[in-house]
Amino acid sequence: MNLIAIRSIYVFEMSRWFRTVLQSILSPVISTTLYFVVFGAAIGSRFSDVGGIGYGSFIVPGLIMLMLLTQSVANASFGIYFPRFTGTIYELLSAPVSYLEIVLGYVGAAATKSIILGLIILATAGLFVPVHILHPFWMIGFLVLTAATFSLLGFIIGVWADGFEKLQLVPLLVITPLTFLGGTFYSVQMLPPAWQKVALVNPVLYLVSGFRWSFYGIADLSVAVSLGMTLAFLAVCLAVIAWIFKTGYRLKT
Amino acid sequence: MQSIIAIAGLAKTYAPRPPMGAFEALKSIDLDVRRGEIFALLGPNGAGKTTLINIVCGIVTATSGTVLVDGHDNVAEFRAARSRIGLVPQELHTDAFETVWKTVSFSRGLWGKPANPAFIEKILKDLSLWEKKDNRIMTLSGGMKRRVMIAKALAHEPQILFLDEPTAGVDVELRRDMWALVRRLRDSGVTIVLTTHYIQEAEEMADRVGVISAGALIVVEDKTTLMRKLGRKQLTLHLHQRIESIPAALGAHALELRPGGQDLVYTYDTNTDRSGIAALLQDVGAAGIRFTDLQTKESSLEEIFVSLVSKRS
Repeated sequence: MNLIAIRSIYVFEMSRWFRTVLQSILSPVISTTLYFVVFGAAIGSRFSDVGGIGYGSFIVPGLIMLMLLTQSVANASFGIYFPRFTGTIYELLSAPVSYLEIVLGYVGAAATKSIILGLIILATAGLFVPVHILHPFWMIGFLVLTAATFSLLGFIIGVWADGFEKLQLVPLLVITPLTFLGGTFYSVQMLPPAWQKVALVNPVLYLVSGFRWSFYGIADLSVAVSLGMTLAFLAVCLAVIAWIFKTGYRLKT
Repeated sequence: MQSIIAIAGLAKTYAPRPPMGAFEALKSIDLDVRRGEIFALLGPNGAGKTTLINIVCGIVTATSGTVLVDGHDNVAEFRAARSRIGLVPQELHTDAFETVWKTVSFSRGLWGKPANPAFIEKILKDLSLWEKKDNRIMTLSGGMKRRVMIAKALAHEPQILFLDEPTAGVDVELRRDMWALVRRLRDSGVTIVLTTHYIQEAEEMADRVGVISAGALIVVEDKTTLMRKLGRKQLTLHLHQRIESIPAALGAHALELRPGGQDLVYTYDTNTDRSGIAALLQDVGAAGIRFTDLQTKESSLEEIFVSLVSKRS
């Protein structure tokens, strides 16, 4: 294991982020604040409690998940796409590093960034609504697991994309809709029965449900199912990455 | 002496990318690079030079064949093989937003070497980059970026340095600096493999030369042997008066009359003991042809190269 190389990639990626840290943090914090103003204060005040939790508090875990997913995908996909775009990937490919080390460096950095952002958003949310965390251990567990899984997905997208348009396409067309339809702002039980069935195919539903449970102890689905689905999704991403590196897909000719 | 790079039966066919069909870039290359030498790979654009280098370095996957780097298979033992190699690619691929210092230190880390600021400092000073160490790479000139690429390749103390077209688009001063550096590296025991299509460079720098054309190695030879073996000399007689055709009296000699009728060119092999010059001059005198000037010229590597490549195609 080339630990120095993993650390080098990780530090390099993190410093890239810190260079523009203000933008990186400001934009998610502002959009979260907007969500609170619109959903929490303007609309939310007309809602009754959801499962005994005030609506503003209810959406906190979903909002953190929304940011976690989009930021993980964005950071990780850009992190690996950028060297492909500039050509500096030559160095990575000619270095004595294994694919596992490359993934650990890039995905580790991307996941760290989105976890930091998730915690910042949690702190921001605390300014607007009462937030309590029933199971902090599980909360962190879901946070890390989700960040890692979607950073892996982002890595896959960054390898697959052959232009900046495609890099935007998946987050825009897939991740955002899935998040909005995954019970971020509502309980799935509010949906008509037929749509409840449809919602079950959405992997984000399991993440939000499990994450919300770690906060308030209420969930649309059982925690074990949530955890199982998250792990399954992680396994799928890992398998795809293993295949990418085995075949050299879009990295080597 | 064991060769530091041993390439056997190396072939590469690029998969078809519509509308282009499959492309055979390398056809079964066998090549040994000796430890400590400067080896120049010569060839026209598209001959397969970069493909060959990229396979050795691990950027391109070979279709068949093997590469041993200091005895280590470059696929099965990629760590051992790659840790010995530094690569300066042809294109200027740099992290525009990073500083010189960071990007060069990053390269060292990527190769698993513990940080060594003193060593990085030495490299940057050697390459006249020290004053620019905190500059972002995007603010540097093309020549400076090329130096950064070299610094990155040297940051992990490689035993073999690949320079892919190192002097393409480089000014005279940098070229001179670069060759001085290459010589210093060679003196310290580093093996250098460079590609170029400037033959003068190979002629000036290399110990051995390989000529590659259309994916095949045509010849691999000591530079001096190659020049002796394939080199020709030309004797040019500048005549006092122009002539219409070569006089019959000189028919026995392989002469060529240049357009204009004032230069007679005699081409001869450098290898033969009897060049035939004396006989020629005697006959020229006997035919009553007077000449005002006489010069001889040895063919350059460039001419050898052109004749080799054109002979094949």
